[in-house]
Amino acid sequence: MSKALIDLIKKNFGAAVLETHSLYGDDTVVVEAAAWREVARFLRDTPQCSMDMLTDLTAVDYPEREPRFEIVAHFYSLSRGHRLRLKTRIGDSEGDEAEVDSLCDFWASANWMERETFDMFGVIFKNHPDLRRILMYPEFEGHPLRKDYPADKIQPLIAYRDVPNIEKIAPFSVDEGMSFGRQTHASSHRDRDDSQVN
Amino acid sequence: MGELKPSSTQILEPGAAGGAGFATTRLEAVLAWAQKYSLFMYPFVTACCGMEFMSVSSPRYDFSRFGSEAPRFSPRQSDLLWVVGTITQRQAPILKRIYEQMAEPKWVLAFGTCASCGGFYDNYACVAGVDKVIPCDVYVPGCPPRPEAVLDGLMLLQDKIQTGNRTPAIVKPRQDPVVEQNIGLVQLRKSRTSVA
Repeated sequence: MSKALIDLIKKNFGAAVLETHSLYGDDTVVVEAAAWREVARFLRDTPQCSMDMLTDLTAVDYPEREPRFEIVAHFYSLSRGHRLRLKTRIGDSEGDEAEVDSLCDFWASANWMERETFDMFGVIFKNHPDLRRILMYPEFEGHPLRKDYPADKIQPLIAYRDVPNIEKIAPFSVDEGMSFGRQTHASSHRDRDDSQVN
Repeated sequence: MGELKPSSTQILEPGAAGGAGFATTRLEAVLAWAQKYSLFMYPFVTACCGMEFMSVSSPRYDFSRFGSEAPRFSPRQSDLLWVVGTITQRQAPILKRIYEQMAEPKWVLAFGTCASCGGFYDNYACVAGVDKVIPCDVYVPGCPPRPEAVLDGLMLLQDKIQTGNRTPAIVKPRQDPVVEQNIGLVQLRKSRTSVA
């Protein structure tokens, strides 16, 4: 079913299609970032596609690749009942110049999902009407779902209490009351205390 | 679990010669006794532990038996702050402000693992335990805690109020008496499989 959809996109945007993948009804098209908006518009407006629902839009960070971020959009057609995953690749290894066109004026649901993707990955959506952080607070620095964001870095909004050994206040003993991950990077943890917690 | 420490209260029975009996006590003891049975609570409910909180406050477990019946949705009218659920960095200033608005004497109970120490929310978004922001009196671990553990925590707090002890305390796990006494379904099943 959706193999026909992939062929249709290949026929119309042959030069912009980087890669396709189709297995067990799971269909993916990877396109050039420059064609992102046009392919999306095509998916929505062409009667054979009629993708009237944008189910999800997010990003994946592959720090070892050169276009570092992969933007992933999942489309669904309510009238035709088929799905398609559309991807594009943007951003250099530093995470700069990660810019892609916004899909807000095609699907209203793109608004908050693009804001979340901006918040978590620092991807800029051009022509987005209101590109602010949506989950983290405005004072937050950096983008927490990037792979180079330190796993144990916190940015408290208010100062922690001024008591000795704030990480482990009694009655919790050293190996108690804290979770699985923290114990493996205990040293970087101590560094963080000086810089982050006032 | 805390046991009640002996109080300074004495009750003198009427003697054989008749006459009225009387009791002696200290004012602090009477005040503490009154406070521990009239805890007006402020539920700061942020996450899934709230379901368990509703369970404890509903008739089946019914913590109004302990005098902590009336929830007050103004911190100015409450004595006991229940922090129920995960506290994010974004929410920490709100929690601190709620705490500061409460009038003395005030107590804080951390309900569940997230409120006690952050639990598995070991990440950029969450506060690893409310005690990083506000002082905490009793920790009730569990994800979510059993209602019995919550009742243990409440009684522990009452003991602490009675004795005037403000050191933080944690509710210890209880041994399941069924397992302990070697009766009941678990042991039955074990013995059956070992025979087979």
